Amino acid sequence: MKKITVAYVLTCTLLMISIWCGAAIGSVHIPFEVLWNQTVDETAANIFWKIRLPRVLLAGLVGASLAIAGAAFQGLLKNPLADPYTLGVSSGASVGAVMTIFFSISIPMAGLYALPIFSMLGAILTMIIVMTFARAVDRSLKMETLILTGVIFSSFLGSLISLMIALSGEELRQVVSWLLGSVSMRGWPYVQMIIPFVLIGSLMLWTQRRELNVLLYGEERAKHLGVNVKRSKYLILAGGSMLTGAAVAVSGTIGFVGLVVPHMTRMIWGADHRHVLPLSFLNGATLLIICDLVARTIILPRELPIGVITAFIGAPVFSYIFYKQRKSKGVRA
Amino acid sequence: MIVVEHLSGGYEDVPLVKDISFTVEKGKILGILGPNGSGKSTLLKVLSGILPTTTGMVMIDGKAIHSYNARALAKKMAVLPQLHANAFSNSVREVVSLGRYPHQTGFFASWSARDEQAVQHAMLQTGVKRYEQTPMEFLSGGEQQRVFVAQALAQTAEILLLDEPTNHLDIAHQRQILDMVRKEAMECGLTVVMVLHDMNLASLYCDELLLMEGGQMRAIGAPHEVIIASQIEDVYQARVATYAHPEMPKPQITMMPTAGDRQQRAMIKKEHFTITEHYIQLQTEIPLKIVSSAVHNPGIGWFSCLLNRSVPGDYVISDVKREVNEFLQRENFAPTSTVVMLTAVPTSLVAIQEFSASFGNMIVAVTAGVGNAVDVSRVHERQDEPYIGTINTWVIINGCLSEEAFLQATMTATEAKTKALQSENIRDARSGTIATGTATDSLLIAATQKGEEMLYAGPITEVGKTIAKGVFETTVQAIKNYKNQF
Repeated sequence: MKKITVAYVLTCTLLMISIWCGAAIGSVHIPFEVLWNQTVDETAANIFWKIRLPRVLLAGLVGASLAIAGAAFQGLLKNPLADPYTLGVSSGASVGAVMTIFFSISIPMAGLYALPIFSMLGAILTMIIVMTFARAVDRSLKMETLILTGVIFSSFLGSLISLMIALSGEELRQVVSWLLGSVSMRGWPYVQMIIPFVLIGSLMLWTQRRELNVLLYGEERAKHLGVNVKRSKYLILAGGSMLTGAAVAVSGTIGFVGLVVPHMTRMIWGADHRHVLPLSFLNGATLLIICDLVARTIILPRELPIGVITAFIGAPVFSYIFYKQRKSKGVRA
Repeated sequence: MIVVEHLSGGYEDVPLVKDISFTVEKGKILGILGPNGSGKSTLLKVLSGILPTTTGMVMIDGKAIHSYNARALAKKMAVLPQLHANAFSNSVREVVSLGRYPHQTGFFASWSARDEQAVQHAMLQTGVKRYEQTPMEFLSGGEQQRVFVAQALAQTAEILLLDEPTNHLDIAHQRQILDMVRKEAMECGLTVVMVLHDMNLASLYCDELLLMEGGQMRAIGAPHEVIIASQIEDVYQARVATYAHPEMPKPQITMMPTAGDRQQRAMIKKEHFTITEHYIQLQTEIPLKIVSSAVHNPGIGWFSCLLNRSVPGDYVISDVKREVNEFLQRENFAPTSTVVMLTAVPTSLVAIQEFSASFGNMIVAVTAGVGNAVDVSRVHERQDEPYIGTINTWVIINGCLSEEAFLQATMTATEAKTKALQSENIRDARSGTIATGTATDSLLIAATQKGEEMLYAGPITEVGKTIAKGVFETTVQAIKNYKNQF
């Protein structure tokens, strides 16, 4: 079997297992039969279909979005340290969310969904401002300009969040727990809300998979090889920002996934974006589902913020792979 | 075919290249030369559309390049910029495959047999096929450069722009890449424009050269019309000299280090000669510029050891090169700095005389065996075996000769030798006429190349007169020595 086929088979199998584990493991045991027969165990079936499955799917979608966006940004910005948050979109989403909590904003009819809606708006607004500003500074929209602009806006928006935290009273706990990130108690509506963004965003990135391979060698080289660099850049930035904004809006700022999953994928299966993008998508989903499983089961009955777990599990795994990889290649440095 | 008309362009509003016009026909190679900062790379960037054009235009197949979209242009024209770093690691094959990007259209474009063929061809041509699966970061700079050349080739465009393709490459790989570019140009009609730093490579591989100076065209034309010492000196502000390539009718150029020790005198004197039973030797402290018809190290060169070796009459001449090499090894002479002549005359019969002149002294050394003397105007009647050169003449000049002077010196010396034979009444044994020399005479003109350069050495000049007098008198003396012995 070709290496790349193995990669997809293995990755998908892992994802399936993690989905099942994520949904089945917990204080209530879920038998296999609920998948096709709800009457076997009514309570278990309810817990599975109404609580655990949407949670697992949401975790998966968020993880997938962050990972594919991270892979695309790292490729586009040619910077291995880039992640979905580099361009400040997540900060924008956070400001939207924290504002909603801080000012107790509510939209008629929207109810609980005011927060993700505002968060999404924050993300979109930030993306537009960052890109407009970067374009005003440098018409050709160089990568360095983008990174710098992103960093500047991130810190500015970060200070706004800090300000609100400093001034908040009883909302503090709610704000902090949102910022640490969680996928609990969201249910199907959140899944439905994020799905279109995930689909459109991922598709936008996927159309640019070959362009990303070429862009790694610089914009000039990409132009020589026939890439419409400007169009590619906008598509990747817009797609990635859309995914990031949607993910942050439904789950808060979950770190590490967007940075590390693309790297792990590259190290194991190679740097070809035609595969890095889909494989990162799948691996991101798997990682976040497992992290969420650990977050909600490790110190029962309490739940940990998922962001704590991603780094806690991700960092050692990443280090191990990094070490192995360098050793086996017999690197000079 | 690429046509450039009055092209100006560059960064921002200041055009860095101004009013460039040229045409490169299909299958031809244009080399762009010029000092650092003369706008070579900028010109290439304007040509490839990376930098804006302010006036003029670039046309490919009769259409301005602006009317092509990025992908269509990439199918027409491949560009290899200078080496680029990469943050992530790709295998060589992956990098070369990127060259196929412009050919892969459509949402689900798949890898076709043509794509595969182009990539394989490019990897074989550049010799990177054996690294196919190696990650780029494990390759040396030169190997990476070849991978990028392969990438540009895989694009299968009709026009190839190269910015210093031989950077980081050793001489073997420079040759490999340029031979390959040349082959693609001749066999597949590839049109090439390349920036080169090395004028000698440019001269060897390009059909036409464009010399840039301060962003403008200084000269354009065939290599011999562009690589002219005075022009290159003017543009590069460096002393150079041109010379002929040993095999190809292309000019080559070499740097002349700033003159320093030209005036320093190093006199060669008669006392510097050593005579043993087997050879007459002149060992000098500084290398002499020598033109000779010697057996070992003939032609033009710089040598510091001159040998006139006496060999027995039954010496087997058929394998002389190998035998002389063995002799040098055996006697501990450096083969690269030694000039060797052979004679059948005993070394004791040599005539060495010193002549003074205003430019410096001159020493003439002759061994003359005239037993086989011939009249050169009658030799077509004879068909004997060749003999070991029996009149060996060395002229060592403490002075500086031009190339013309060296050639005139050989003429003058030959005429003087002939006159000496006449004066000594040496006859061709067969025809009975006055002999002009023997069948295998050898001549060596050596000069220290110190002091004022002497442009000519015909008998009208002082050096010519001294050579004529010296060779005549010394040859007469040598013939007398020979006659006394036999």
